[in-house]
Amino acid sequence: MKIHFVLIAFCFLACKSEVKTKDNNAVSLPILEIHDFSGIEPYLNLDGSKTYIVNFWATWCAPCVKEIPYFEAIQANYPKHVEVILISLDFPRQYESKLKPFIQKHQLKSKVIVLDDPDMNSWIPKVNADWDGAIPVTLIYNNSKRTFYNRTFTYDELETELETFLTIK
Amino acid sequence: MNTIYNILILFTTLFCSHPFDDGYDIGDIATDFSLENIDGSFVSLSDFKDAKGFIIVFTCNTCPYAVLYEDRIEALNKKYAHQGYPVIAIMPNNVETKPGDSMISMRERAIDKGFTFPYLIDAGQKIYPQYGATKTPHVFILESTPRGPLVRYIGGIDDNYKDASLVKTPYVEEVIESLKNGYEIKQTKTKAIGCSIKL
Repeated sequence: MKIHFVLIAFCFLACKSEVKTKDNNAVSLPILEIHDFSGIEPYLNLDGSKTYIVNFWATWCAPCVKEIPYFEAIQANYPKHVEVILISLDFPRQYESKLKPFIQKHQLKSKVIVLDDPDMNSWIPKVNADWDGAIPVTLIYNNSKRTFYNRTFTYDELETELETFLTIK
Repeated sequence: MNTIYNILILFTTLFCSHPFDDGYDIGDIATDFSLENIDGSFVSLSDFKDAKGFIIVFTCNTCPYAVLYEDRIEALNKKYAHQGYPVIAIMPNNVETKPGDSMISMRERAIDKGFTFPYLIDAGQKIYPQYGATKTPHVFILESTPRGPLVRYIGGIDDNYKDASLVKTPYVEEVIESLKNGYEIKQTKTKAIGCSIKL
């Protein structure tokens, strides 16, 4: 009987602390949408009325991280006409330790999707024939135009490119 | 037409951070180099008198993909160096941008991992643009010919960066086996994600 009581007390305590941890995570850490390339491909061919800016990046890639604020600012400044999609190539073991905290810390408003597909040679050419695999790269497209950028951007450079998509519509 | 071509070239020059259209293609003759190794010596392709070819790997300490391939690069050297196809690793990054790729860091990593291949630094960042390397890791397989080292393969190491045991096609091994046996190389170019070379 005594043992039972101790066990129940133990369970209660353990459950309580576990629930608390889970609650914390649920409030603070974002839920990731993770796909192989077949799940990513539709995002490269969206048929809506917006101009889509798709950026391939990772938290471990310094030049990628540097330009994330510019994509965020573009999303904020063109909310009706632009949709930014950030495709993360972070490693699965870093989803919890790096990627989620990064999204949280920078309060990313753009859509973040994770690409987890190790057979890179099978899908890199489907993104663009000229991409040899270095990141960051960015794809900008809409119903009438599609350009792949094997380069980094400043905010002004990104906006200049974007304007060529918005004016021709 | 010429004007359009010139504009295209100008555009490429102005706007591409990586000179990815430059560098070697399959069938080009690679120039030799003399780059400092982690032991302080300078290494050239011509030092390897009996080499039938080379597995040139642009790699570094700091790129997670390069790190995931370290053991596999070492395994390639163990398997193929004595068969006449040594691995030559070249670190192409600017060490001021990436202090973790300094010569000291390279030496320490090589000791920790027991690298048996030369691990050279492209200190002036002159060699990687000639090859057209854009990222780490980036492999160029050369075959020794009377005309010089012939570029036979450009691309990745295999088709699964995450797990060596799940590799279906070990690209580099297939190329070396083809070279050894005089077979046609099935895949002369492959694509792989890597870290852009730091300027």
